[in-house]
Amino acid sequence: MATISTIMKRSLFFNVGLAMLLALAGTVGCKRQPKAPTPIPSRGVGDTGAPDTFGVVRPGDADQARVIPPAPPVTPWDQDVGVDPSVMPSLDGGGPLPDLSFMRPDPEFFAAYTIYFDFDRSAIRPSERSKLEAVGQHLLANPRHAVRVEGHADERGTEGYNLALGERRALSAREYLVNLGVPGSRVDTISYGESRPADPRSNEEAWARNRRGEFILLTE
Amino acid sequence: MRTTRREWLTVMAAGAVGSVMGAEDDVIPIVREAEGVAAVPVSLAGFGSEVMNALRFDLRVQGFRVVPAADAQYELSGNEGGSLSGQVRDRVSGKALLAREYRGGSARAQAHAFADDFVQLAPLGRIGIARSRIVWRIESGQASEVYLADYDGHNHVQVTRDGTITRDPSWVPGQRRLLYTSYRTGMPRIYSHDLATGERSVVAGYPGLNGSPAVSPDGRRVAMILSRTGSPDLYVANLDGTGLRQLTTTKEDESSPCWAPDGRTICVVSRQGGRPALYRVSTEGGPMRRINAVGGGSVTEPDWSPDGKLIAFTTSFGGFQICTVSANGGPVTVLGQGEDPVWARNSRTLLYVRRVGNRKVLSMLDVPTKQIEDLRRFSGSCSQPDWVR
Repeated sequence: MATISTIMKRSLFFNVGLAMLLALAGTVGCKRQPKAPTPIPSRGVGDTGAPDTFGVVRPGDADQARVIPPAPPVTPWDQDVGVDPSVMPSLDGGGPLPDLSFMRPDPEFFAAYTIYFDFDRSAIRPSERSKLEAVGQHLLANPRHAVRVEGHADERGTEGYNLALGERRALSAREYLVNLGVPGSRVDTISYGESRPADPRSNEEAWARNRRGEFILLTE
Repeated sequence: MRTTRREWLTVMAAGAVGSVMGAEDDVIPIVREAEGVAAVPVSLAGFGSEVMNALRFDLRVQGFRVVPAADAQYELSGNEGGSLSGQVRDRVSGKALLAREYRGGSARAQAHAFADDFVQLAPLGRIGIARSRIVWRIESGQASEVYLADYDGHNHVQVTRDGTITRDPSWVPGQRRLLYTSYRTGMPRIYSHDLATGERSVVAGYPGLNGSPAVSPDGRRVAMILSRTGSPDLYVANLDGTGLRQLTTTKEDESSPCWAPDGRTICVVSRQGGRPALYRVSTEGGPMRRINAVGGGSVTEPDWSPDGKLIAFTTSFGGFQICTVSANGGPVTVLGQGEDPVWARNSRTLLYVRRVGNRKVLSMLDVPTKQIEDLRRFSGSCSQPDWVR
């Protein structure tokens, strides 16, 4: 119940009401891998900035028309259009990483688009796809921009394991962007393991906020 | 088994209450396991408090317990005055086994030298570890730095001052050099740090992750985790980073490599089978072979014992546990709460990390007797220990 009240308080769409929220949670939120098209909010995804920590769809998402996202580019090893890139990653995993260390980072630009992960998992949750798609659309519209994906883990893994897990999460997000058509040469990754928690507390809510991928805009 | 667990917890609690060196050592109950080994009773007499404290630590972490003289098998006595004069007598046979004077260095260093001579005496025939040193990292706020100290935490030296994340220190055996990962440029890169000159060079600075360096026992090569191709994989290279070779190509992540003592095999954690598990990989390449840790759950942070027999690792059964398994696989032995165990050169003592509230502290565990002893405490969170060899 604390979850729902928190979301209600944070929501910009308070008027949607509790009944609608519960209906949505029942129809959409419980599906981990829906076959239905992913809803994309029309202006700015993740507009509340509130982390979607428990896989519950935010009320604001309800008002948006359902739009089919662009299909992933067809590649020789991924002929099956409609394959969910988070479930069936392309074999090259997004390809070799570029060196973007010369570019200037802007951590604020995509601050509202931080994505969250399930415990000990690096697969992109269905609830997080719309944020990735918004990041991808920005990069496709701005060919001179690039992005760095920061992968983070909660403290419940060991330090050595969390370093790799954070990297794997960042790479999953990168792979998703590449499958949206963003060149792999414009997306790099960094893992902080558990060293940079968003919430320093040791409880479920904090851990959910800490299992995340942040997007850092890179400009020349 | 129930008895063992309760005794373990008693020791943990006593250790948490004790200050730097745990002055109440002799009131801690001796931990025995049905199939385990009892600590050897020894007595100490005639030493000043600093030498006494150093000796207590040295003896406990190597499977001895300090008892009153009447109950002791070995009687360690001596006197101090600039130098340390130490004697060892076998109280059972009545024979004097050792009489030696230790000069130079600090009183603690003299005590450690005496402890090493004692455990190496013929009736015991052990490998002494009391003059070992360690490296580890201390995390404080947003930064973590690498430190070097005696194996009991005394005489520490701060090795890095970059004000950023520094992690995974790995000593180069036989050299005054260590490797670690630093985010000082903003991205994680592996550096080789010459302690004699302070010079640093980049061992691996590829795009993406450059992490978890582990130097081979001969000090010539490094195993590490790189993500340059788009997945965190195991690589091996010469110590300067040349001759890079990719050893795994899984889609899932590999982490925390360590070396077999023969230097020809690497043990690495991989998720390729779903949950994290141990695999062995030849440095010449070839398939990954699972090391089946039966009952071990999700297995991370392996460390191969110097005698080649056991692999210590961390698992999670609600809270972290340190465990061992035969290097060939088999049933797992749970040793107790803790993380990131690394073997001392005697292949019986483990240096590891345990959590005290929100902090992590370094501790030493004598595996056969299960005696534990905290190292000297530091402010900040201590983790990722490695032995200086």
